[in-house]
Amino acid sequence: MIFEEIRDRAIREWEGLRNSGRPLILIGTATCGRAAGAMEVLERIERELGERGIDADVVQVGCMGHCYAEPLIAIAKPGYPPILYGYVTQGTASQLIENFILGDDPCLEFALGALEENELIPTIFDMPRFRYERRILLERCGFIDPQNIDHYIANGGYSALVKALEMTSDEVIEGVRRSGLRGRGGAGFPTGEKFGICREAEGEPKYLICNGDEGDPGAFMDRAILESDPQSVIEGMTIAAYAVGALHGYIYVRAEYPLAVERVRFALRQAEGLGLLGQDILGSGFSFGIELVRGSGAFVCGEETALIASIEGGRGVPHPRPPFPATSGLWGKPTLINNVKTLSIIPHIISKGADWYSSIGTEKSKGTAVFALAGKVINTGLAEVPMGTTLRDIIYGVGGGIPGGKRFKAVQIGGPSGGFLPESMPDIPVDFDSLTEAGVMMGSGGMVILDEDNCMVEAARYLLDFTQRESCGKCTMCRLGTKQMLNILEDITNGEGRLEDLGLLMELAQDVRDGSLCGLGRTAPNPVLTSLSYFRDEYEAHIIEKRCPALVCEKLISYYILPERCERSCDACVGSCSVEAIYAGKGGVKVIDQEKCVKCGICLDSCPPQYSAIVKLSPLSLVPPEEKKPEKSEEGDG
Amino acid sequence: MGQIMDEVIEDETAFVLRLYSGERKNLVPILQDVCDRLGYLPRAAMERIAEHLAINRGEVYSAATFYNQFRLSPPGRHTVKVCMGTACHIKGGQLILEAWERELDVDVGGVTRDGQFGLERVACVGCCAMAPIVVCDDVVHGRTRPTTVKGIITNLNEREHDIRGDSGQGD
Ligand SMILES: Cc1cc2nc3c(=O)[nH]c(=O)nc-3n(C[C@H](O)[C@H](O)[C@H](O)COP(=O)(O)O)c2cc1C
Ligand code: FES
Repeated sequence: MIFEEIRDRAIREWEGLRNSGRPLILIGTATCGRAAGAMEVLERIERELGERGIDADVVQVGCMGHCYAEPLIAIAKPGYPPILYGYVTQGTASQLIENFILGDDPCLEFALGALEENELIPTIFDMPRFRYERRILLERCGFIDPQNIDHYIANGGYSALVKALEMTSDEVIEGVRRSGLRGRGGAGFPTGEKFGICREAEGEPKYLICNGDEGDPGAFMDRAILESDPQSVIEGMTIAAYAVGALHGYIYVRAEYPLAVERVRFALRQAEGLGLLGQDILGSGFSFGIELVRGSGAFVCGEETALIASIEGGRGVPHPRPPFPATSGLWGKPTLINNVKTLSIIPHIISKGADWYSSIGTEKSKGTAVFALAGKVINTGLAEVPMGTTLRDIIYGVGGGIPGGKRFKAVQIGGPSGGFLPESMPDIPVDFDSLTEAGVMMGSGGMVILDEDNCMVEAARYLLDFTQRESCGKCTMCRLGTKQMLNILEDITNGEGRLEDLGLLMELAQDVRDGSLCGLGRTAPNPVLTSLSYFRDEYEAHIIEKRCPALVCEKLISYYILPERCERSCDACVGSCSVEAIYAGKGGVKVIDQEKCVKCGICLDSCPPQYSAIVKLSPLSLVPPEEKKPEKSEEGDG
Repeated sequence: MGQIMDEVIEDETAFVLRLYSGERKNLVPILQDVCDRLGYLPRAAMERIAEHLAINRGEVYSAATFYNQFRLSPPGRHTVKVCMGTACHIKGGQLILEAWERELDVDVGGVTRDGQFGLERVACVGCCAMAPIVVCDDVVHGRTRPTTVKGIITNLNEREHDIRGDSGQGD
């Protein structure tokens, strides 16, 4: 089939869906939607439509990036603009069917906004965050059915492949080079240059790998793209393969993403079915096939040489570079390996041109960056902003700021070994070079936001614990040095640290950096180094005063019930305690038996907000000496 | 799931091996498929895999222990995975894990005495926006609290007893 026919048919299908005269309901069923209950909402919608005999189309879409408001549904009813609803429960879904689909009340109280300009209500693009956002990679995510290739094609998909196949491979590489695109997997290596090296490299056959391992905890950009717009990755891979002359490709998706695996597998079959992948693609004479490889839960396998070792079969242990994979990779052959986002932007660059792409972003970091916002930020979810947008604009402008009126403290960026950016640098432009200068890494786009209730020492300990566990053990410094550092951090968070430890930490950090082969060990000390340089006072408070300023470190805090706030006749905390450590003391005032308390924090949640009688105290010496616990006989009526 | 009978191990492993040639690169996919079908990698299965690929058992064992995804002992009837990724940690993931350990009376990595529940940690499932996350069997629960542990367990038990029961939408 020639591409025009494929495209015309796809457009007919897409337009048919949009202009069917029937109501159209889109529901986001990516993993984040499911975690919020989207499948139950979907079931309810389908059941009610069925029972009431309503003729409407229901389409499952991916993630729009507004994860904080999941489950999301959009309803397009003839005569109304398409409207997006957030925080949808089964109950809201029923109401929407009753009042909007059957009636004519669009239930604007549940609406986040319209999806198109109209007279009735503002669009979601009028939200303040869209002053900062510029969506290119995420443009289709959440608006098309990821399991329907026609939706992708009708929205411009695969026309870049057609265009690329009419170009020479050198022209494609030159375009990528001129666009200034840098790899989105973390290191920011110029993509065009990598294409060129692989193209020139001796050895046949050449391979291409899409790195969808996304091992950084707290990052979910690649998952969202693979689940919401998988064809864009496949098209990008095919264009890249054409450019470097690869005949066979692998897409490596981590095991923790079962839905992404399923959607990519399905998408591959659809692309093959239309002749957009496989032998003699669109009659061009160019052939390229893609195989899906599931990861098996090892963080280090995101590192390119370890990933290659893992595909070859066996332990995913990194190798020294050079040689780089572009010259000697999978089975010793030239192998192009790029991140999901790097590959899926390629079709846009081919379609709209290198100049268009390089007009976005900063001088040395071109294009947009996709971030996953998580942690203590109001609008958790995905954000796509031009490179160079300031940290403040990302956290406050797009992210909506810190929930509960708390104070922003730091952002953990660039994966477990990226490091922390402190609140004192809100105007730092977020791009590859500015971040490197600040001692942190851009990484692949995870941003976990910490507020005043997070302890920096504990956070550094957590991250080191993570990298230490995930160290493959090949390099001594990475295996043992990180262990030593972790022991010191544990001492500090347990209140057993010494001031000399801080110097020792710095020394060890340097040794681990210098003595490790791959990026895992070389960057593992970053969280410790950045937290030490920006938050040294917190380390000192733990060591000198045995105090955890953020009231987090278990060994240094106590839960305490303020007698003057305790309501006395209320039993909420007593009932909630998981280890029966709370009892009624003199006059009914509740008391926590510090010996028994396991510091689970449940009582703090259970104390009614109007009393807020339970607090955390640090250091331990702040807890007044406990009154005597009543004898057995009185305990019975508690 | 508990202990599996020898014949089942034999049959399931043989079934998977029929799908793959003896090339070395098939090692990890074979381990994945066998682990998916049996819930863990019994010694006998690893021995059969080594024979099939004509490599020594040590190599199979070494790959099986390298990856977090593989279990070497039988899992519980239900698997509870508590996310210990950065976003979940920042939002109190450790307290959630401890609450599960207390409620199930088992340490992370273990299986309850009655074999009903296995408790594991996972390093991020990509639902960080809904942290803290707990994955029970294949269902992802977002915004969990130490206090939601009991509810999730009841839910799992109910679903088992009454397959058609409406699970509701959490709280
Ligand atoms: C420990 C470690 C983990 C990594 N994990 C990932 C990952 O999950 N995804 C990814 O794309 N790149 C990851 N990388 C970077 C890759 O090695 C490689 O640089 C990248 O896939 C190249 O793609 P790009 O040029 O498109 O950035 C990791 C690197 C290290 C050192
Ligand atoms: S950190 Fe828990 S899902 Fe990502």
